[in-house]
Formats: sequence, structure tokens, C-alpha cells
Amino acid sequence: MVRSGSRAESSLTGGKQVTKRNNILYSQKLAPYIFVLPFIISFCLFFAYPVYSTVIMSFQEVFPGQVTFVGLDNYKELWNPTFFKAVKNSTIYTVLTLLVLIPVPLVLAVFLNSKKMKAKNFFRSVTFIPALISIVVLGIIFRLMFGGQETALMNQFIGLFGLEKIAWLNSASTSMLVLLVIATFRWIGVNLLYFLAGLQNIPHSLYESAEIDGASTWVKFTRITMPLLKPISIYVLTISIYGGYSMFVESYMLYAGNKSPNDIGLTIVGYLYRTGLEKGELGFGSAVGITLLLLTLAITFIQLKFFGMFKREE
Amino acid sequence: MRKRFTFVLSVVLAFTLVMAGCSGNNNSGSSEAGNGGGAGESAGATELSFWTFNELHQKYFEDMAARWNEKNPDKQIKLKGSTFPFEDSHSKLLVALQSGTGAPDLADIELSKFPNYLKGKPQLASLNDVLEPEFSHYVKSRADIYAKEGQYYGIDYHVGASVIYYNTEILGQAGINPDDIKTWADYEAAGKTVLEKTGKPMTTLEVADQWSFWPQVAQLEGPDDLLKVNGEVNLDSPDIIKVLEYQQSLIKQGIAVAAPGNIHHAEEYYGFMNQGGAASVWMPMWYMGRFIEYMPDLKGKIAIKPMPAWSEGAPRSAGMGGTGTVVTLQSKHQELAKEFLAFAKLSVDGNIQLWKQMGFDPPRTDVWDMPELKEANKFTDYFGDGIFNVLTEVKDEIEGVNIGEKTPEVFDAIDTQIVFRALVNNEDPAAVLKEIAAQLK
Repeated sequence: MVRSGSRAESSLTGGKQVTKRNNILYSQKLAPYIFVLPFIISFCLFFAYPVYSTVIMSFQEVFPGQVTFVGLDNYKELWNPTFFKAVKNSTIYTVLTLLVLIPVPLVLAVFLNSKKMKAKNFFRSVTFIPALISIVVLGIIFRLMFGGQETALMNQFIGLFGLEKIAWLNSASTSMLVLLVIATFRWIGVNLLYFLAGLQNIPHSLYESAEIDGASTWVKFTRITMPLLKPISIYVLTISIYGGYSMFVESYMLYAGNKSPNDIGLTIVGYLYRTGLEKGELGFGSAVGITLLLLTLAITFIQLKFFGMFKREE
Repeated sequence: MRKRFTFVLSVVLAFTLVMAGCSGNNNSGSSEAGNGGGAGESAGATELSFWTFNELHQKYFEDMAARWNEKNPDKQIKLKGSTFPFEDSHSKLLVALQSGTGAPDLADIELSKFPNYLKGKPQLASLNDVLEPEFSHYVKSRADIYAKEGQYYGIDYHVGASVIYYNTEILGQAGINPDDIKTWADYEAAGKTVLEKTGKPMTTLEVADQWSFWPQVAQLEGPDDLLKVNGEVNLDSPDIIKVLEYQQSLIKQGIAVAAPGNIHHAEEYYGFMNQGGAASVWMPMWYMGRFIEYMPDLKGKIAIKPMPAWSEGAPRSAGMGGTGTVVTLQSKHQELAKEFLAFAKLSVDGNIQLWKQMGFDPPRTDVWDMPELKEANKFTDYFGDGIFNVLTEVKDEIEGVNIGEKTPEVFDAIDTQIVFRALVNNEDPAAVLKEIAAQLK
């Protein structure tokens, strides 16, 4: 297309110089680069450069008009109980969300994909709508629902079973439960969509031939559905790990700020926000950010290796 | 085939919505609450921008800008105020000052955040030339908290004298006269009576904020506070341990309960208190506004008194909290901004307006006796006349506080660790304070 166009044009004008210019403009070698240029520029501007400058800043003490190199001091300072607590909280949260947000949506997706299921679209929408609710609104509603008063919704609910009121957000285990409930409520529909998309790509013929061979539903699920969903599952797992470790707004909204009793709601990003932005120690905050990056990279790498993603296709 | 296409399309649509949802969050966090301006504009007026986290502060400055324009026809200003959420307003300003661009001319900085802005070379204009002439009739400790190396950088809205609010209805049922409570020991005894006769706690204590703990620490005699005079962490001092032990014993006896919602600014707390949940609460003077706005049913039932003292004759108040308005070095009209700020918050007129419009106890002591402060307003309607008599009574007993580079960290530790662990988890106060003090040193 391109070539014939340029030829037509050059033959029209007939000039040699014009042909040359056209060759550059219509060059097939250059075109792809021009097409990806907007992405490259925005990647460099908004990703590569910030990462680079964060790495540099993590070795500095950054105050207005006073930037000094401090070597590894920021990283040494990370060795403190508050940071460990943040890492612990984020890790527990990530593991728990993985335990809930992979198997449950998977099973629900299989149900929703089944021919016998009625009102599929209705259920699809219902599970997905929570993802559209602003987390700010969600956090405030959950904070009030799980309030410590007898009149709070959840305390009234457990009161029906004769249980004592609980100060939900004041103890580590119950506040983690609340965070988990929020995550489940919000993300189950999204993960379900991923799995549903994966399920619809599995050819029907496989199931039909399995039925002819007399396979039970369970066998079909474990031998056909599960293995063929592997790529999607790994994708969901990867983004869920990252999502878990980068959780911040949920806890920020739940505690109406970055402060929770005994730091039970403090996450790694929360700690970054506290040190870098609230206290203005951008150098130290950068060190926290880089540590988070390395941590998630390492975990993702191990996980991908474990699932054999670096091996060539058999 | 069509079905699959519809499905893909719906997924794409759904994700667009998710993305829209995400960006929505960010916006809702930082949207401007008002554009301000409009106050006495005229051609050739100099535009001054002002950032704050409290809409009332913005309204106050807009009103003062109109007054300024009336008096200074040759130096007209156009105030452009913006109100952001508390945390956003502080981090936005900090980043703007750090990056050297984008800061407003004037900004509000809350006391517990202020030291963050004094790190390195402060990017704020020194206000010594406007402040120093006023010191003879000014609560100087309210300026000292915004100073570094002899330079003053902020002007406060109020003294923030800590007082105690008694629910006279509950105390009446228990047969207690609040004026008989002179010391914290009296207070404890009265609390026992209230608990026995009415079954209600005497007070609530904050377990995730500093407003119950800090006033009691700050009113201690002597120059030390949460920080020592030299800026070192003072949390493990025996006096401070005693304060926490006192609070813990109130909780153990049932005389005090942890504030519903953990803090005195929580919706749960307002509801609890509004229904007569506890007989008293000690908070700074600026807390009056919360009573009027969030606890309307207590109108006419609240008496404001000086706080009990640790021993007879010891100080009964401390200047608590505060917000300093600053002029940034990035401002192109620093001199004008300073003059206007002094007009709004340092002048006699300004200080009268601070009381009239916002119910703040103004930092200028010479206005406290003026007739303007005795006029009826929404505060006297609610709390009765003579609010200022309490203040004049404790005038010489208002203890200053020490603010230093460690202050934000100390408050973080109080809000997230100290009071919660001692008052909710019942850990040993001395052990908690010593552990935290060791961490922060």
C-alpha cells in the first residue's frame, strides 16, 4: 500500500528530490517506530525517568534546598519495627486475598459459564458492579458498618446470634477480616471476568469428546478446565500479588487517615506515604518504594518460575 | 461469533468504567471545595492565592480580604482561596515547596505538621518584622511553636487554651458542682460519684489521637513537654508516665471509657456525647465549634471550666494545637502577603473577628477584655455568657508547648501506639512509653 502510493506520487511529480523525501516519509523501516513513539515517550517520561530518579533519591536525604548523598543510610533505617509491621500486614493481606480471590471467582465463573445456569447476565452484572464503586465511598461505608458501637450494622447483625459487640477496627485479626471483605466484595467480579473470558476460549469439542469417553464433571473440571485456564490463572495471580502489596487506599479510608491503632492497618505503601509525603522525607520514602518494587519483583519472578513460565512451550 | 463480540465489548466497557472509577477517586480527594475570590475585586488588584484544609478558614480570609480592600484602595488584593482535605493540603504544599514550583502565596499549616516544613532550609518567609512589635500583648508561646533559629514563620488563629466541658445535667443528677473540682484527684472522686449515681462514665479518652493525652502532659509545670526544651524526646519522663497511669486507672475504674470511634472527632463519638453519654470531656477551646455543629441537643447544658490541675495551684491550661498561616518564599508578592496576613490575624480588628466569626480565643491578650468579645453570638447562645471569663481566669496559667523536628513522629507514636496500647490493650504505661521513647531517640 505504502509503497505503491509513494510510487504513484513520485511518478506524478517526477522530481528526484521529492522521491527521496517520500522514501523517508513512507519508509517501512521507520513507520513502526513512529507508531510506537507516543508510547515510548510517555513510558520514558512517566515511568523510566521517575524510576531512575527514585533510585537516585533513595540514596539521598532530600530536603528543600538541601540535598545530600547519604549512601545506604535510608536502607539501613528501614530496619525498624514499623516497617516490619507494614511488610507483615501487606504480606498477610496478599496471601489471604490470593486464597479467596483465585478459587472463589474460578468456581463462580464455571457456574456462570454452565449452560444450566439461569439469569447469567444478571449475576455477571451483580458480581461486577462493586468494582465500579469508588473505593473512597466503599471505605467510608465499611467503616460505619463495622463501627465499634452496638448500633453499628455488623454489631447488630452478630447481636442477633447473641454475640457481644466487637470493636472490629481495633484488633489486628478483625480489621484484617474487614479489609479482606472489602477486597472480596470489590474484586471478585473482576477476577470472575478474567476467568470467564478464559473459559469461553476453551473449545466445546474437548468437553464433548470427554463426555463420550464417560468423564464425570469433576474429571472434566480438573483435566480440561483447570489446565487450559492456566495462562489466565497465572495472569490473575500475578496482578493479585501486585495488587495485594500495593494496597493502600482501602486501609486509608477505613481508618479515615493513615493512622490505625497499633499500626494494624499500616501497609508498605502506607508507610511510604507516611514517610515520603506526610513527613517530607522523600529520600527515605524512595527507599521504601524501591524495596517494595524489589519485593514484588522477586515474588513474581519466583512464582512465574514455579509455574514454568520461562520454559519454552512443549 | 456475535455473542463473543458482545462479551468482549462489555468487558472493554466495564474496564473503561473501572478506570474512570479509579481516576474519580483521585479527583474526589483533591477537588477544590471552592474557588474563593470574588472578595472586593477590582481592576489592578494583586492576586494572592491561599491554601487551607478548613473551609471556615477560607471564608474568614475572604471576608478579611474584603475588609482590607475597603481600607487600602491603593493596594487592592484579590484572594483566591482553595480548601483541600487535611492530608492532601499538607502533602501538596510540602511537595510544591520541595520542588520549588506551584506553591501558593499564603497557606495554612497545622501545628503537628509544621516541623516538616522547617526541615532543611525553610521555604517560608520570615515574619519577624510583623510579629515582633506585637509581642508585648501577644501570647508569645503561640509564635514560638512556629519558629526555627530565631525566625518566626507562622501566625496562629488562636491560643487553643485547653478547657474542660462539663455536662451540667449529668453532674446535677449526681449532685456535683463543677466548681468544686480543683485537681485531677477531685476529678477522679467526682467521677466515682457520677458513675455510682448515674451509671455513666465521667469522661471519654481518645485512644487514637493526642487531644486527651497532650493537654494533661502540657499543663505539667516546668518547661518540658512531650519534647524537652532542647528538642529531645521526653516520653519516658516520670511525670508523663504518671499522666498515662492516671488515664489507665480512670479506664480501669470505669470512670472513663475509650471514646467511641476512638477519637473525639468521630461521628460515633458525636452521637454518643449528644445523647448524654459521658459527663465531661477536656478539649481545647476550639472544640466549641464541634459542640454547636454536631451535638445540638446539649445546648444550654454545657459549662466551660478551666481544666483541673495536677496539684492545687498548678497550671490549669495549655495552648493546644493550632494552625499557622505562612507566606511562602515562592510568592511574588511577599511583602503584600505579609501585610495582609498581619491585618487578618495580628491586628486588633483581626483578632476580634477571629472570635466573632470562628469562636477562636484570639492570641492577642489585649482584646480579651474588649466589649466586642462580650457580645452575644452563636457561641454564647450555646454555652452561656462569660466564656471569656474562663480564659481571663487562666490567662497566666497557659503552659506553652515544645515543638521540634521530632514532633510529627511523637504524635504518630501517640496516635497509633501509646494511648491505644495503654488504654485499650491495658499494657503497662511505663513499659510502653519507655519502649517508644527508645525507638524515637
